[in-house]
Amino acid sequence: MIQVEHIEKKYAKVNALQNISLHVNKGEIFGIIGPDGSGKTTLFRILSTVLLADKGKACINGWDVVKDYRIIRNHIGYMPGRFSLYQDLSVEENLQFFASIFKTSIESNYYLIKDIYQQLEPFKKRRAGALSGGMKQKLALCCALIHKPDLLFLDEPTTGVDPVSRKELWDMLKRLKSEGVTILVSTSYMDEAARCDRIALMMKGKFLIADTPSNIVNQYNEKLWAVSSDAMAKLLIDLKNYPFIKNYYAFGDLHHITMQANSKSDIELQHDLHEYLEKLKHQELFISNIKASIEDCFMALTGGSSDTLHTTKNYE
Amino acid sequence: MLKFLLEKEFKQFLRNRFLPKFVIIFPFAILSIFPLVTSTEIKNIRLCVIDRDHSPYSMRLIEKIKSSGYFILVNVTTNETKAFELIESNKIDIFLELPQHFESSLIKEKKTQLMISANAVNGMKAGLGTTYLSRVIDDFNNDIRISFLYREKKTPISTFVITPFYRFNPLMKSIFNMIPAILVMLMAVVCGFLPALNIVSEKENGTIEQLNVTPVNKFMLILSKLIPFWVVGFIALSICIFVAWLFYDFFPVGSLINLYVFSAVFVLAMSGFGLVISNYANSIQQAVFIIFFFVLTFVFLSGLYTPAANMPEWAQILSYISPLKYIIQVIRLIYLKGSGFFDMLPQFIGLSILALFFNTWAVLSYRKRYL
Repeated sequence: MIQVEHIEKKYAKVNALQNISLHVNKGEIFGIIGPDGSGKTTLFRILSTVLLADKGKACINGWDVVKDYRIIRNHIGYMPGRFSLYQDLSVEENLQFFASIFKTSIESNYYLIKDIYQQLEPFKKRRAGALSGGMKQKLALCCALIHKPDLLFLDEPTTGVDPVSRKELWDMLKRLKSEGVTILVSTSYMDEAARCDRIALMMKGKFLIADTPSNIVNQYNEKLWAVSSDAMAKLLIDLKNYPFIKNYYAFGDLHHITMQANSKSDIELQHDLHEYLEKLKHQELFISNIKASIEDCFMALTGGSSDTLHTTKNYE
Repeated sequence: MLKFLLEKEFKQFLRNRFLPKFVIIFPFAILSIFPLVTSTEIKNIRLCVIDRDHSPYSMRLIEKIKSSGYFILVNVTTNETKAFELIESNKIDIFLELPQHFESSLIKEKKTQLMISANAVNGMKAGLGTTYLSRVIDDFNNDIRISFLYREKKTPISTFVITPFYRFNPLMKSIFNMIPAILVMLMAVVCGFLPALNIVSEKENGTIEQLNVTPVNKFMLILSKLIPFWVVGFIALSICIFVAWLFYDFFPVGSLINLYVFSAVFVLAMSGFGLVISNYANSIQQAVFIIFFFVLTFVFLSGLYTPAANMPEWAQILSYISPLKYIIQVIRLIYLKGSGFFDMLPQFIGLSILALFFNTWAVLSYRKRYL
């Protein structure tokens, strides 16, 4: 469905995209996951034909994004990261407007948006600008769907949306998938990665890896430890100074670390670390061997330490 | 396609809390106030007379000045220092000095000298005040000459009398010069700058992002932005013409059709110019600032306040790029002189070239930035 070959894009000084290649199959939910400023929006804009790449080639359903942009625009739905509907038109008028410029009507594709639009219906006379954040996103999704696109681009659809609405949105995407809509979605929430069929981890304009979430997790080949104590801030500094440390970062209310490989067994490693931290007067120490999540893979791939972590969002 | 876009634009326009009222009220408000406050006729010039003579003649002159209607006589004094004090403390604008033997030297030597001093901080008031005052004195001078001749029973010596005849504006009302300019400013704002701001606001709100990925083509999009403002602009123009007739009994001598045809070309030029701005500006703030700069430039170059012929040569050349210059000329010609289309061919060509120029620029700069 989407074929991207060696796309590059440079802004004045920043390499927004470097040699990006991507293949998305028909009917799959493909997630692009990366911190802010990693180039997700640039890629979306190129694929949705509103921005030209400097190099490389991208095709959607066999149509070239440069030459056949007119045809493509009839077949894609794009929901920008920023709310982009008319704030001075009502909910209904916005939907009506986008339906009519695609030469269709709300009624003919109502089944696609029914589940979400029903929640908006009580407010249909309200101006879009007066909706809450979650409602705005739902309306934006409806407007992007009203012409029954084959392919849906969602640029950070869940940013600034409450957890309940986030879940509803993802349920909606799943339903759309069953209708045969291919979905390319970007997010900076790592926990949403598991809901995609395949994901690509993106950082500084490059894809680090692209695979199914489970494959990515499975190929994580290091021992990962979760550590906590009564003084978490001090703990991170002490972990940094631990001679055998390899990688360390805060992860929710725990710290995740990896250690340099040696011949010691897990129990010995855990014991050594425990001893080291006890000497530094940490109490209520908890050290456990855990299974890696997508974020841990991301951290391993970026060589992330707590120094680079502050540039990424605080994921759940 | 265009129909839906237009429907949306009109909906948004009518829903705007400010714009629709503005279009109706603006012509009334501005036409009832603006011509009066921008009038170049000066009244209420504050005057002080230093009368060292106190003769019947000096009294007569002062009476004559007072009755001219242009002056407020603040003080009559014999003290020059007093007059200077008044002018320095900005209590008077002009003083007139009558010498000690004003009357006797007039009768005996048949000549005398007066002095007019004006506060030139406000150059316009000083200039016009001096002119008015000298005219009154000239008049007085003539009266005296005639009475002398009559008394001495001589045949009058032939003298020049200059009677200006202001063609096309016999009463030389400045209102009649201002109203056409106001019409033009209104058109420029409504048809040139409002659509530009509208497009920039779509950019600023990000809504253009969503429109860009739809099959709406750029040309349609721009047309849908311009047409509503063209319609509104011509409604405002018609209201203006009506109000000018209602308030000032001022109606074009020439044909209304010509007026609308030229306005249409002017509007085309201004919309093109607005589009150029909207292509370069990314926020309303930037757009407003650029517009402000160019409106000032265009107005000063247009010959609205000072005739273009007074400008240095480079400015005269520069003034050819101001669409306002041509249209102000045209509207004045149609309103006051009743010129026909072919009399105004140069202006028509000028406006057409500018319309072509700005619109081509708009198209080129648009391409460059987006595809």
